[in-house]
Amino acid sequence: MNSLFMNDLLMNDLLMNNLLMAIPLLPLCSAAILILFQPNERWTRILGVSSVSLAALLALLLNVQVWDEELFIIQASLGEWLSIGTSELASQHAGSLKLSFGLYLDPLSLVMITIICCIGALIHVYSASYMIQDADQCRFFAYLNLFVSSMLILVLADNLVLLYLGWEGVGLCSYLLIGFWYQKTDNNRAANKAFIITRIGDTAMLIGIILLFYQFDTVNIQQIQQQSQVFLQANTAGENQLIALSCLLLFAGAAGKSAQMPLHSWLPDAMAGPTPVSALIHAATMVTAGIYLIARNDALYQLAPQVLMFIAIIGVLTLLLGATSALFQTDLKRILAYSTISQLGYMFLALGVGAASTAIFHLMTHAFFKALLFLSAGALIYCMNHEQDIMKMGGLRKKLPLLALSFAIGCAALASLPMTSGFFSKELILQQVAMAEQPLLWWGALLGALFTALYSGKLFFIIFMGKPGHAPSHKTPAVMGAVLIVLMILALFGGIQPQGILHQFGELTLDSSSGLTLLEHGLPILVPLIGVILAWFLFGQTRGDKPVNRVGLGRFIHSGWGFDTLFSSVFITPFKKLTYLNRHDIIDASFRALETVSYRLHLMFNRLQTGQLRRYSASLILFSILAIAWGVIR
Amino acid sequence: MTLSLLILIPLLGGLLAWYSQGFNPNLPRRISLFTLLGSLAYLGILTLTSPLARSSQWLFDESHVWIDRFNITAHFSMDGLSLVLILLTLLMGLVALSSAWCEIDKHQGFFYFNFLWTLAGIIGVFLAMDLLLFFVFWEVMLVPMYFLIAIWGHENRRYAALKFFLFTQAGGLLMLLSTLALVVFHYQETGLLSFNYHVLILAPISSPMAIWICLGFIIAFLVKLPAFPFHPWLPDAHTQAPTPASIILAAILLKTGGYGIIRFVLPLFPDAVQFWSPLMMSLAVLSIIYGALMAFSQHDLKRIVAYSSVSHMGFVLLGCFSLNMIALQGAVMQMLAHGLSSAALFMLVGLIQQRFHSRDLHQFAGLWRYLPQLSAMGLFFAIASLGMPGLGNFIGEFLVLVGALEQHASFAVLASLGLILGAVYSLRMIQKSFFGPFRTQGSDLESPASTADTRIPLTSTSEQASAKVAEHAKPPALPSPYPDLSLKEKLTLMSIAAGLILLGIHPQPLLDMLEQPLAQVLAYAITGSAL
Repeated sequence: MNSLFMNDLLMNDLLMNNLLMAIPLLPLCSAAILILFQPNERWTRILGVSSVSLAALLALLLNVQVWDEELFIIQASLGEWLSIGTSELASQHAGSLKLSFGLYLDPLSLVMITIICCIGALIHVYSASYMIQDADQCRFFAYLNLFVSSMLILVLADNLVLLYLGWEGVGLCSYLLIGFWYQKTDNNRAANKAFIITRIGDTAMLIGIILLFYQFDTVNIQQIQQQSQVFLQANTAGENQLIALSCLLLFAGAAGKSAQMPLHSWLPDAMAGPTPVSALIHAATMVTAGIYLIARNDALYQLAPQVLMFIAIIGVLTLLLGATSALFQTDLKRILAYSTISQLGYMFLALGVGAASTAIFHLMTHAFFKALLFLSAGALIYCMNHEQDIMKMGGLRKKLPLLALSFAIGCAALASLPMTSGFFSKELILQQVAMAEQPLLWWGALLGALFTALYSGKLFFIIFMGKPGHAPSHKTPAVMGAVLIVLMILALFGGIQPQGILHQFGELTLDSSSGLTLLEHGLPILVPLIGVILAWFLFGQTRGDKPVNRVGLGRFIHSGWGFDTLFSSVFITPFKKLTYLNRHDIIDASFRALETVSYRLHLMFNRLQTGQLRRYSASLILFSILAIAWGVIR
Repeated sequence: MTLSLLILIPLLGGLLAWYSQGFNPNLPRRISLFTLLGSLAYLGILTLTSPLARSSQWLFDESHVWIDRFNITAHFSMDGLSLVLILLTLLMGLVALSSAWCEIDKHQGFFYFNFLWTLAGIIGVFLAMDLLLFFVFWEVMLVPMYFLIAIWGHENRRYAALKFFLFTQAGGLLMLLSTLALVVFHYQETGLLSFNYHVLILAPISSPMAIWICLGFIIAFLVKLPAFPFHPWLPDAHTQAPTPASIILAAILLKTGGYGIIRFVLPLFPDAVQFWSPLMMSLAVLSIIYGALMAFSQHDLKRIVAYSSVSHMGFVLLGCFSLNMIALQGAVMQMLAHGLSSAALFMLVGLIQQRFHSRDLHQFAGLWRYLPQLSAMGLFFAIASLGMPGLGNFIGEFLVLVGALEQHASFAVLASLGLILGAVYSLRMIQKSFFGPFRTQGSDLESPASTADTRIPLTSTSEQASAKVAEHAKPPALPSPYPDLSLKEKLTLMSIAAGLILLGIHPQPLLDMLEQPLAQVLAYAITGSAL
């Protein structure tokens, strides 16, 4: 779309602008109040929950406002950030850099803020009940609100640097919340790991942003997209390696944040945080930021088809890694974490074959059913007195019927059984891959779907079927139940009307599946069913309590394909050893050597100063003779 | 008298503080407070009442005859760059004063005398426009700082003070020689004997010796900055100095190095700067990475912060020698932001040391348990110093990277490793000091006796802490054995935090103020003539 066209779409409605500005600012203000004034627990809950709920209401209101519009853009500005070299004085020596706090709302960001605000609000309500006994609620809600606000800034930013601000902000909040229970050293390790691994990706991304700035002379996302489209039409892109490089660097950031291979290993450990945090940050929203980034820069990525191919390959590898690892886990939250990694892999696969809207669709349905699964898991862990090992559970369907239902729906959607939300989106991804004529990728994704169905089935059957294990100690609190019911509805029916979403991107690709063979149509529907049935036979009746011995391949897969060991032996241990060896600073030592040498010299010459007259006169005579001799010889 | 008064106020205040000790040991610190506030007020009045002429770089200019025989003058000028740095000096002086308020309890008079004279020397450095005068102030800020470390420092203070003195003095000597050589060459080429910056800058010397003269200046400033491999004085000086001196050192004194490069090296030696630029940028990258690696391996909190300063000041050096507007702006922003964040971090370390009588990470852990406010502040400033967007340090590092990438992409990419390593050592510091189970060691003598019994069960439960420990476990409501932040400390730290946030989201006023001086510097550095 050219800029003229864009101007027509621009909506200059004061009300909408204010609405848009209020959405990220509400949680930010509430976080600031919570940090600065630290109200009592009751007010903390009220403030923390209401600010996000209000933001969610505003987001829904925005949805209503633009309901009939097909394409629209709302822009608002929270002010200038900085500008350098824009005056004529300095412009002769530098390019000009101009950054602003500009917000930009189009269908893509509208979908994102709706997901973030609504899921966020639900999870805040749930947390108010989940965290009720915790002494540190103020800190918890402050971090959580700050997270929602940063995430909203991330998806609303109109330039890449502001996006980076939100990007680092969510990373920070994720770090703080993973390590929320700071007294346990393991939690802090997990938090550090998460922050540092994502930071590696982020730094690459920052370099990518700077490279883009020099390519396009701007960091404004829309201008970059428009210029890319011009390049694409002019067909001069093929030779521009720098653009491809910056795309790759941006993807590195996305891979870090969205836990793609090889930067995925932080996500399973991140489950150390409170369960609502895992649901909100490490399943529904933050980890999808990478998908958003690439979908947002769709036009730019069209210029670098080889990078897109690379993304698709990484996506498939990651989805296989996630799905197989999930199959071998026994910790409830780790299963879900690996499953998240795997589902994110599906989204990157979709992005890689050029189906950004499909990726966003799957992002949305995944947000629904994964939030449902995590919150159900949280409730289950709460009811089971903080037991997370599924092997110690079993036959819980009678005692916890609500949770059984919510798990059933969540697992079904995860396995993409027909008529659940996950079914529609994953079907669509497989279709797109088939249409992109990448048979290897398609088979990989299909294999992943089989594994997904297998572990979803295993999860459900072991916990709720089979012989009873430990008995639950609590009942599901009512507030949690209510939130679960809402999410169940979303997870079931959230995928019924994808046209709305897909349509808004202006690239309608749904009905064009005519070129597919029966195999390509039928298998994706059948495979999950087969997987679940297989799971029933494998795990349906087992009483899980027996210890699990893992050797060889099983152990390798259980550890997430050994990436932790690899990193630790290649990077961490040498790094620690090196820094430990040099802890006294070799440069300092060399300066100290200077000190030692001069001290030795001092001692040496000191010895000449004996105070004996005959020595002095002897040396005097000796040197006089030498001097005379030297003069004579010359 | 407009500008010299800025220097005279702290000089006289210092004398008065020393003299007043005889009457009341509490007087010196009050006099210092009034002196600093008075200077700030005077600076405020100066900048507000003067018509800020946008057409000229210089806001104020003042000249007195000094040594007429050699045409040496007492010449002071102030432009946006000096103004910003003097403002930083006075504000961080207040921070240092706040931390000195209770910590310094012997020889107060002499302490505050040295304290104020150091500040006066620093302000003089930022104002002096005559090379010999500049050298004089360079020494004036050095000697009192030596006393601050040598008298009020910690266990190994004599060694550290001497090391600090020797390093800086060696650098100063090089600078003096280079100054003389510069003036002589300039005299030979133009027939004009002058130590005046405004004169020298107009006709950069063309002799091939310019490269070496330039190097003399650069090394003097590198020592101060400090850049690899001239940094070893810094960790010792920082560690042994009393907290207020650490704050002045980190927050302001290091900045004189960056200031010197921007003010003198770049415009005076345009060709030599081009020549040295790749080497200096590699030194900058080395500082960034080496400082970060060293910071990771330390377990003395002050040493960690000191090495992190080496790493952060590497960005300043990188920005200075990238020779473009964005990078230069970034270098100055980094100086300001690092001034704020390192001052706060040193102050926090000082507070921890007050409470636990140790800075060693092996001696305590898990401070959040009892000192949530202090730890939250520590968390904030550590996060700021690792370059979180929205806070000042990010602006500096980002702009430097943007500028450096244009000049030498490979250096920028290597320097960005500093961002990752910065996260690594900062998080390690946070984790080891604030998080984890609460623990102190060998503190029976130092900690209040009442805590001895409460501490033991705590450590034992925390060691057994497994997955079984309830996620919701409320910590038992124990009275905190250690006092958290007092109101004064809280106010000081909060205002620094506010400053960092302001720098991070609204740096434009400062950038505007810096634009003209830096553009001028760049014009000289690149084309060899004024704009």
